[in-house]
Amino acid sequence: MGAIYRREMRAYFTTPIGYVFMIVFLMLASSIFCLTTIQLGERSNLFMYFTILIFLLIIIIPILTMKSFSEEKKMRTEQLLLTSPISIAGMVAGKYFAAMTMYTGTLLVSALNFYTIFKFAAEGSDPNVASIVGNHIALILVGSVFIAIGIFISSLTENQLAAAIITVAVILVLLVSGFLADLIPFYPIRMVVKWISIFTRFSYFTYGIFDYSAVLYYLSISFLFLFLTGRVFDKRRWG
Amino acid sequence: MIKIENLVKRYGGNYALDDISFTVNEGEIVGFLGPNGAGKSTTMNILTGFLSSTSGTVTINGIDILEEPKKAKELIGFLPEQPPLYLDMTVEEYLNFVYDLKGCKLNRYKHLREVCEVVKITDVYKRLIRNLSKGYRQRVGIAQALIGNPKIIIFDEPTVGLDPKQIIEIRNLIRTLGRDHTVILSTHILPEVQAVCDRIVVINNGKIIADEKTEDITRAVQNNRRFNVKICGPKKEVLAMLKAKTGIVYAEELAERDGDATTYMIESEPGVDIRKNLFYTLAEKGWPLIGLEGVGMNLEDIFISLIDNGGEDNRRKRSRQQKSRIQISEEGGDN
Repeated sequence: MGAIYRREMRAYFTTPIGYVFMIVFLMLASSIFCLTTIQLGERSNLFMYFTILIFLLIIIIPILTMKSFSEEKKMRTEQLLLTSPISIAGMVAGKYFAAMTMYTGTLLVSALNFYTIFKFAAEGSDPNVASIVGNHIALILVGSVFIAIGIFISSLTENQLAAAIITVAVILVLLVSGFLADLIPFYPIRMVVKWISIFTRFSYFTYGIFDYSAVLYYLSISFLFLFLTGRVFDKRRWG
Repeated sequence: MIKIENLVKRYGGNYALDDISFTVNEGEIVGFLGPNGAGKSTTMNILTGFLSSTSGTVTINGIDILEEPKKAKELIGFLPEQPPLYLDMTVEEYLNFVYDLKGCKLNRYKHLREVCEVVKITDVYKRLIRNLSKGYRQRVGIAQALIGNPKIIIFDEPTVGLDPKQIIEIRNLIRTLGRDHTVILSTHILPEVQAVCDRIVVINNGKIIADEKTEDITRAVQNNRRFNVKICGPKKEVLAMLKAKTGIVYAEELAERDGDATTYMIESEPGVDIRKNLFYTLAEKGWPLIGLEGVGMNLEDIFISLIDNGGEDNRRKRSRQQKSRIQISEEGGDN
């Protein structure tokens, strides 16, 4: 796992992918931060910043994950990985943690934005630190879900572009399913769709509630998709 | 060292491999010969644990590849048909990555240096793989297989796409490796296995049709009965003479021309060396013979001749494959 993790990290920085990801992420995060807080003055609230940021992840995360397994498949390097004495779980985990490192690192850099608020906020109107930390933890967890989904989808195709587009579509559906759920008249189905919705759970965090069941939910969904990725390789061997 | 028993690989209703069994002993260089699509790569991929078999077992040094894949994979170095290279890495980074991937315990610096010297890539060590020529890439692929000093090295068509000089170098390299490794090499080029291997396993349509020492196969090929002869003379009469001549079972005019000479392909009766006799006959008629060469056998011919020469003792020797052999013998019998 270590070897794959190190290779992935190196690949992010020897190819443009890592830089593109960081630049796009930081640029978007900063401009949204500016628009939702500083520009709005008294009416500003953090709820809006985090909500918009999570929707931006839809286009940002696939940059990180579209290559992960599709490239290996296309270049036939997966043959090297799968005939090496490493486990499939280790291989998937190496890719996942590399993408998580990139994502978390960049997210933490973007958190520097908050410095401006603390510096310039009016006396007595300092933002709630706990809420900011909680929201960042939630963002990391949601990102983990998206990355796991992205890695899973990239293991299904050798076409990077297809992987990226499908990932965007899947994440989008998962995010907005909470809104769509309200349109479903049949109660049980509405509850199920709501339960799946990533956004509904995220919104608790933006209100400043640290929801442990949501943490568990995000971790399980991440694990589920990583597990499925492993199954894809198992399946292909036996197919 | 490697034992393959009753290996079957089925894709839907198609059998890529149909009941293959053979063993490779320690220190042997075994050539795996067959036309494209015969099942060579499938076998290699199963041997290395990349694919699984539908049924049958593969044991590497007594370790079942399905039961203890990690242990078995540690013993194998594999060069797939297309070398598994990361183009965005330098040779140095790549080999270090493979070193980590295989979890080697050897002295890193010294071992990588040795491997590079063996495959002669020391001078491109710091270069990006993307910028290397096909020949160098192939060698980096071989270097990758050698890392960790595995006991068994498996090459899947290692010389495809290389120029003649590189082919000779790679063959020499494989022969050198054979001194202290067990090597399996797949190819569809007969001279390649003849040049390198101790033993040849011939596969066609997912079945093993011969498993012989290289000398035996070479002999089968040298028992060549087909010649291209270049004769100056009236075409129709020459052809009629060739056809009528005793000792010749088949004659045919080829499209090839050389001045007033025409090339004919003839096939002699088994066990008859027609060449001297033919020369005197032509001399008598006053038709100069200006060229005579044995026709190299292609894979199909070798298959046929292997089956024809197979005889009873071979069949007994491989009683396990009896069923499939007989089936092919019958097909071959028509020729």
